Amino acid sequence: MNLRPMKMGLVSRIERKFMFYLVSIGLIIVLLFIDSKKTIKGIKKGFKKITINAPMFINMIILVSISLYFFSDELILRYLGDSNVFQSILIALGVGSVTFMPGFVVFPLAGLLLEKGVSYPVLAAFTTSMMMVGVITFQIEKKYFGVKLTLIRNLMGLIMAIIVTGVIGIVLGGII
Amino acid sequence: MIKKYGLMVLFIIFLLIAKPMNLKASTEIFDNFKSFSITMLKFVPMIFILIGIFEVWIDQATIEKHLGENSKAIAYLWAIVLAGTTVGGLYVALPVSKSIFDKGAKLSIVFTYLGAAAVARIPMTLFEMSFLGITFTLIRLFVSIPLIIFSSILIEKFYKRNNIQMRA
Repeated sequence: MNLRPMKMGLVSRIERKFMFYLVSIGLIIVLLFIDSKKTIKGIKKGFKKITINAPMFINMIILVSISLYFFSDELILRYLGDSNVFQSILIALGVGSVTFMPGFVVFPLAGLLLEKGVSYPVLAAFTTSMMMVGVITFQIEKKYFGVKLTLIRNLMGLIMAIIVTGVIGIVLGGII
Repeated sequence: MIKKYGLMVLFIIFLLIAKPMNLKASTEIFDNFKSFSITMLKFVPMIFILIGIFEVWIDQATIEKHLGENSKAIAYLWAIVLAGTTVGGLYVALPVSKSIFDKGAKLSIVFTYLGAAAVARIPMTLFEMSFLGITFTLIRLFVSIPLIIFSSILIEKFYKRNNIQMRA
């Protein structure tokens, strides 16, 4: 059973892919006219960055693909739909922090969970920790900013996710 | 070497072994892998080329003036606007943020950008609104953006006091 309603069709996917590339290529052509030497140097630099970073990105894609399999929609619904809100919030924070889902997967899933009766604060905990805390992406982030800063940034993210969850719970109801 | 390519090799071996057995796990993981790879290919290679061009074109002085140590408070607004228009996600925002950091932007601005890129990307926000409602999204933004700015300043203070070494 596949609960994810909004998997984008292949056509729209290709369209969107080309959109970004077309705009970028247009920009690059304009820059080439203004200063071809500088622009070509930049493009070369960009290609070098791609080759350096590719293994890291591929590793992340692999980890994400595996984690998406283990955290299936049904499993998430079972644990987040629990009548104990605080327990559900804690689980939501945990799952949201550990997994990494692209936005076009998270929000349709959250919408679906809402329909199934999962409360707003639980969804807030799930989506905000998903956005702000990345255990899987830790490997990648530490390459850019070092272990210590990455750790601090992610911890702050978790605290912020908790605060957002609290405010949502107070305004939209669902806590208590 | 093993750290870099070990996972890839294991993954390929897993797929090669599991494929003929037609395991549910392998097909599902491979489908995830395929669709997420396509998502990444949509932006990431081009982003790196644009970053390369950005690094050659924009000189350090410009970034330092607008986003550096002596920049004004409006720099935070620029960081958030830039974040809102970021496509893709963290995997795009990270190299971009590192690039503006290396060009002399101060850490609190860089982390504001990085945090805002996680929570306030426009396409993603529209998506969220349509599934969870506008009130939900507005509360989330109004609570998280000030917190992101605040915590970024805090992290910068901490970073300066302890003089943490950045890995290049």
